[in-house]
Amino acid sequence: MSDLLAARAQMAMSLAFHIIFASIGIAMPLLMVIAEGLWLKTKDETYLTLAKRWSKGTAIMFAVGAVSGTVLSFELGLLWPTFMAYAGPIIGMPFSLEGLAFFIEAIFLGIYLYGWNRVPKTVHWLAGVMVLLGGMMSGIFVVTANAWMNTPTGFTIEDGKAVNIDPIAAMLNPSSFSQALHMTIAAFLAVGFAVAGIHAYFLRRDPQNEFHRKAFAIALCVGGIFALLQPISGDISAKRLAKHQPIKLAAMEAQWETERGAPLRIGGIPDEEAEVTRYAIEIPKALSFLVHFDLNAEIKGLKDFPPENRPPVAIVHYAFQIMVGCGIVMIIAGILGGWLAWRHKGLPIKSWYLRFVTICTPLGFIAIEAGWTVTEVGRQPWVIYNIMRTADAVTPMPHLIVPFIGFTVLYIFLSIIVVILLRRQIFIYD
Amino acid sequence: MIQLEIYIAGVMLVSLIIYMLTGGADFGGGVWDLFATGERAKDQRELITHALAPIWEANHVWLIVIVVLLFVAFPVAFASIGTALHIPLTLMLIGIVLRGTAFVFRTYDDQSETTHLRWSRLFAIASIITPIMLGVTLGAVASGTIHVDVETGIVETDFISSWFALFPFAIGVFTLTLCALLAAVYLTLETDNSELQEDFRIRALVAAVSVGVMAGISFLLSAEGAPTIRKGLGNSVWSVPFHLLTGAVAIWAIWAIWKRHYSLARVLAPIQVTLIIFGWGLAQYPHIVSPNLTFSNTAASKSVLQPVLIIVVIGAVIVIPAFWYLYTVFKGRDDQTGSLIEQDKTNN
Ligand code: HDD
Ligand code: HEM
Ligand code: HEM
Repeated sequence: MSDLLAARAQMAMSLAFHIIFASIGIAMPLLMVIAEGLWLKTKDETYLTLAKRWSKGTAIMFAVGAVSGTVLSFELGLLWPTFMAYAGPIIGMPFSLEGLAFFIEAIFLGIYLYGWNRVPKTVHWLAGVMVLLGGMMSGIFVVTANAWMNTPTGFTIEDGKAVNIDPIAAMLNPSSFSQALHMTIAAFLAVGFAVAGIHAYFLRRDPQNEFHRKAFAIALCVGGIFALLQPISGDISAKRLAKHQPIKLAAMEAQWETERGAPLRIGGIPDEEAEVTRYAIEIPKALSFLVHFDLNAEIKGLKDFPPENRPPVAIVHYAFQIMVGCGIVMIIAGILGGWLAWRHKGLPIKSWYLRFVTICTPLGFIAIEAGWTVTEVGRQPWVIYNIMRTADAVTPMPHLIVPFIGFTVLYIFLSIIVVILLRRQIFIYD
Repeated sequence: MIQLEIYIAGVMLVSLIIYMLTGGADFGGGVWDLFATGERAKDQRELITHALAPIWEANHVWLIVIVVLLFVAFPVAFASIGTALHIPLTLMLIGIVLRGTAFVFRTYDDQSETTHLRWSRLFAIASIITPIMLGVTLGAVASGTIHVDVETGIVETDFISSWFALFPFAIGVFTLTLCALLAAVYLTLETDNSELQEDFRIRALVAAVSVGVMAGISFLLSAEGAPTIRKGLGNSVWSVPFHLLTGAVAIWAIWAIWKRHYSLARVLAPIQVTLIIFGWGLAQYPHIVSPNLTFSNTAASKSVLQPVLIIVVIGAVIVIPAFWYLYTVFKGRDDQTGSLIEQDKTNN
């Protein structure tokens, strides 16, 4: 494994690990705040138990999220010093604001997790709201930094150096809004379905259990609502790509030729040697329509770009299919749930439906990982789109395979422990 | 007029001091967890856990603030440190990961004696590695061995020699003793049990003496190991009074611990640590990574520094009261002395 490859693998592995815990850090506070709010309103103790139990799982997740995030902030310098020397000041704005958001999140999380008996009830609930806001802002800020890597703005280049830096313009680059929106929704969606799935599993064994019924109801509502919003925001992202990163869009759709009335491809095997995509189910003109609301709009193909500037097509294409596929399954789950609830005027706890939701447990997280693969691999070979190549950004440090293996082993170990502990937290009470 | 980057450097130094006073004490807690001995070993551990639980997450953000300010305001310095000190920083990160996770895992894993002890061990060992590696990093940055071409930002030093030397490791151990001192002093006030208090009094004394020894050793080694710093520490106008002041506070702190004036020691030990770090900062000035990189030749442009400073000010206005609230909620000793973990168990 070359050092560049090891560095990329380590970065990708660290981010893929962090994003799970970060998403939980963004979305679990919403579930807890809803449960606790319902307790304050209805005085039903089950809601209180629910909020407390969720908060325990969150404590474990948050700790792992915080340390893996710390690792990331160092890794930016450890693995990509050239990139950071160039980009650090430009994307410093969101990272500084993110630091502020971390403080808010961590401080109020301390109060929330350990302050049940120490602060007044409403203050406690408000602390939960602050954790929610802090987590959302952390995610939004860091994603704008990533958006800048896709659509770098807010500076000019003189003699290979970035000058006339405008950090605010950099933060508000053309990708920021769509990416931050899409990511935030993804977090709520993924966590909503993961939690609903776990409680659905228990409800199949014990359908009358008040605790699981309430938990399932809250989580399914959150997951279902955000599932319906996600394709809208995904469409906004795709439109932005057509304008600013057409090559990434072409790779996602495995679109080789520039053509009018481009089809939407489902499945298929992109052949990068022969520059064709085989065996795909093609929906005629659908891509042109989705991106431009015009059946005959032109979509740029990969052949328009020199091969050395193209991302690995197959990975991006498959990852995109996986993301959208998972999204569609969850949308169906959301719609079915709403329909069943309306038909039966109550919780949708038909056995087959509970089984369906249980299957959805990991889908949101799979979609998140796939989506990030689309974004990051689709940006290759650039680390800053059209400005700096990934190969030029990597550290001169040799033997990078060693830290890569080290962190991989460490993170596998942590994952196993987290799963064991969560199982304990969940099963202990039953 | 003071340049903007100096304000940022000042904020970084203050953040480092706060990190040491809060997060550093958490590491020290790990040290005393490892050295929990005698019949009260279990109580000692429990006291440490109780004292750390609610706030360690928040304490830890100070380190992130330092990192972020470093790469925003002094990007070339960040890149150089990340390159030359890749190895100690990686070890420090592994320490941070293991420490933070072992701590929560211990709380939420089954509470059998063996499991608990296993997590405690991991927590303690990681708590020792981390501050040592932090100190090694700072020592290497101060030592003047990381050579960087200012124009291109290319690091001309190899990946080992700048940190794998006596002086950085002396600073590493020095850092560890400071953490241990802070933790022991804080812990004397976290309990009403006079035997436990006595345990931590002895520990505080041991730590305070070790701090003195390590300070002496570091100073001696700096003649060879970090000549620029030594010049700053040894020859400038401010240095003699500053040393005297630090020494006086150190001795006063030992006296206070000896005499069981714990509340006084609780004030003096942090002042001592603050003075030490501050003195290092002054001696280091104007270099951020000596010998080539200074604050001014690595600073980002004004258009970057200004908004960052504004965020820092806004941040201070929001974060300081919030922190104050956090501490008052958890550090009031009047209400239940029963440990939080105890409560947690009953909730289960
Ligand atoms: C629960 C997760 C999830 C689901 C169901 C979807 N996505 Fe997504 N997607 C993400 C989670 C995600 C993500 C992980 O959050 C990404 C990576 C970067 C980003 O901003 O969001 C992403 C990126 C991403 C991008 C690339 C943006 C870029 O490169 O900057 C596009 C075009 C879409 N998505 C489009 C869609 C569409 C049309 C979906 C239809 C249902 C969809 N996504 C479902
Ligand atoms: C602010 C946010 C982010 C920043 C600054 C960032 C930065 C980087 C950098 C510098 C690289 C190495 C260069 C490269 O190979 O592209 C990279 C690679 C990568 N990142 Fe991101 N990243 C961010 C968010 C994410 C997230 C959240 C994920 C998802 C889990 C992610 C997934 C990846 C992957 C998969 C790679 C490897 C790409 C490849 O090997 O082709 N990134 N990222
Ligand atoms: C290069 C990319 C990234 C870096 C350097 C980074 C850095 C960090 C750091 C240092 C922390 C710990 C804060 C603490 O101690 O409380 C953290 C936590 C967090 N990060 Fe990341 N992060 C990155 C990517 C992301 C992405 C893409 C998201 C978006 C979804 C995200 C969302 C969060 C959230 C919500 C937290 C709060 C802690 C938690 O809930 O676990 N981060 N991150």
